[in-house]
Amino acid sequence: METVTSVTPSVSAIDMPRSRVLGAYLEEARSECLRYMRAPGFMLPIMLFPAMFYLLFGVLMAKSNGADAARYLLASYGVFGVMSPGLFGFGVSLALERDGGLLTFKRALPMPPGAYLLGKMLMAMAAAGVVILLLLAMALSLGHVTLNPFQAGALLLTGMLGVLPFCALGMFVGTLIKGQGAPGMLQLIYLPMSFMSGLWFPLPMLPKFLQQIAPVWPSYHLDMLALASVGMNKGSLLGHVLVLVGFASVFLLMAARRLRRHG
Amino acid sequence: MSYAHIPIACLDGAVKRYGGLAALDGADLQLHRGELLALLGPNGAGKTTAISLLLGLVRADAGSVQLFGQDPQRIEARRRIGVMLQNAELPPTLRVGELLRLTASYYPSPRTVRESADLAGVADLLRRPYAKLSGGQQRRVQFALALCGRPELLFLDEPTVGMDIEARQKLWAAIRQLLAEGCSVLLTTHYLEEAEALADRVCVMSRGRMIHEGTVEELRARVALKRVRCLSSLPIDTVYGWPEVSEARREDGRLHIGTAAAEAVVRRLLDADPQLRELEVQRAGLAEAFTELTRDADQAAAANQREAA
Repeated sequence: METVTSVTPSVSAIDMPRSRVLGAYLEEARSECLRYMRAPGFMLPIMLFPAMFYLLFGVLMAKSNGADAARYLLASYGVFGVMSPGLFGFGVSLALERDGGLLTFKRALPMPPGAYLLGKMLMAMAAAGVVILLLLAMALSLGHVTLNPFQAGALLLTGMLGVLPFCALGMFVGTLIKGQGAPGMLQLIYLPMSFMSGLWFPLPMLPKFLQQIAPVWPSYHLDMLALASVGMNKGSLLGHVLVLVGFASVFLLMAARRLRRHG
Repeated sequence: MSYAHIPIACLDGAVKRYGGLAALDGADLQLHRGELLALLGPNGAGKTTAISLLLGLVRADAGSVQLFGQDPQRIEARRRIGVMLQNAELPPTLRVGELLRLTASYYPSPRTVRESADLAGVADLLRRPYAKLSGGQQRRVQFALALCGRPELLFLDEPTVGMDIEARQKLWAAIRQLLAEGCSVLLTTHYLEEAEALADRVCVMSRGRMIHEGTVEELRARVALKRVRCLSSLPIDTVYGWPEVSEARREDGRLHIGTAAAEAVVRRLLDADPQLRELEVQRAGLAEAFTELTRDADQAAAANQREAA
């Protein structure tokens, strides 16, 4: 650095005070939220699609199976629901913005690395929260599910944090595919993975082979956590948390590397 | 000013390949403090790739790329630049003021929103959503975003495309003001008059290399060529034999002649062929000048190969 500064003397400070860097992160998050709240056409279907699924299969079709079944379905459809804003909210918007040149522009600017992603992450977390609240409202009013406030809170927290590994996965797919191809690819990941993790039908009802490979999918581990939060999984949770953290970190690193180097 | 000879941005033998195609094939470029360098060339010449390398958007396969003596992928180097790209779809629902505020937040000591807006002539648009603006207004907003960080070096990629004449003149005035404040500019453009109006130096690219570098006057001297076209039965060889003619060919029954002395050639043509019809004389456009320069470069390359063989 010393040689550099002696070659190109500059009047302006190249060092940026930490408070200004933090300010850039906040501005980015604020802009991201503003732009999507003003254009609800993008996020609304992403949030309503899983809610509708739950209403059809978790509430209307499953009426006769008793309270435990209803709670079980709330947890697994909750996981199904938060995967959507993670994969689509993150992956599709990234793929579109890479296509439209916005990401290129931002990479040319001195935007702090990560500010762009943090903004999108907060949006996905908020959307995941809305999905869980929608499901909770339907479960408690129409589905005759009984939950204490602590359980409802735990499910909400699980959903809002549980969206993050899927953000990372969606982001990685978004760095691989540009533009309009991304939604199709993400559907190919989203729906089979949900099915094979036992989100639509409980795992014991699936073929033996699918039961055995279920721990490969991150949605399986998030489902275990969601079931625990509604009081239906008494097993140890640490393993599941670690798998999800690891999964999120690996995909985040791979995607961030691709973005920084290639856009 | 004693540092004026040290480049603040430079490419040194930069090579960038996409698949088997070399977008940049040993490109050299030096940009000095306080100057405006115009990068010209036909589409596909490698201008955008050159800029992408200097902005750290892509990495060179070979050669070196430096921005303020650093790797452009370092954020410290990019905090000293402003950028206006050719096609960036900005968030449509954000207002102009919000875009300025966001972009300014990336820089250590930016201009105020008001100051940037005044400089770029968008002060009356601050409350408008970006998507509601006309193409020319959007370009002005992008210019405002480029200068809002008080950059030492401004990258302007085809800045006046889609602008009317008045808006173009205003943008030129703003660029001159920034230059007067000591800002350097790297400009790519298709308009020769834009380079003429602004540039200290001009650099022409073709096939991933710099084939001409010099002042605007030096470039103009090479573009003095004019085109004469007509319907005539005169044999090509006769026309090509005239001393003023530097190039002659027949296309779709029409004679195409390149010359620096159009008047003399037209006189000869009319004398030689009384049946001559549909005479046209045109000053060669910049694109044609590039073709000319490119052809020279290609011929030189071919000759070199022949010598080597």
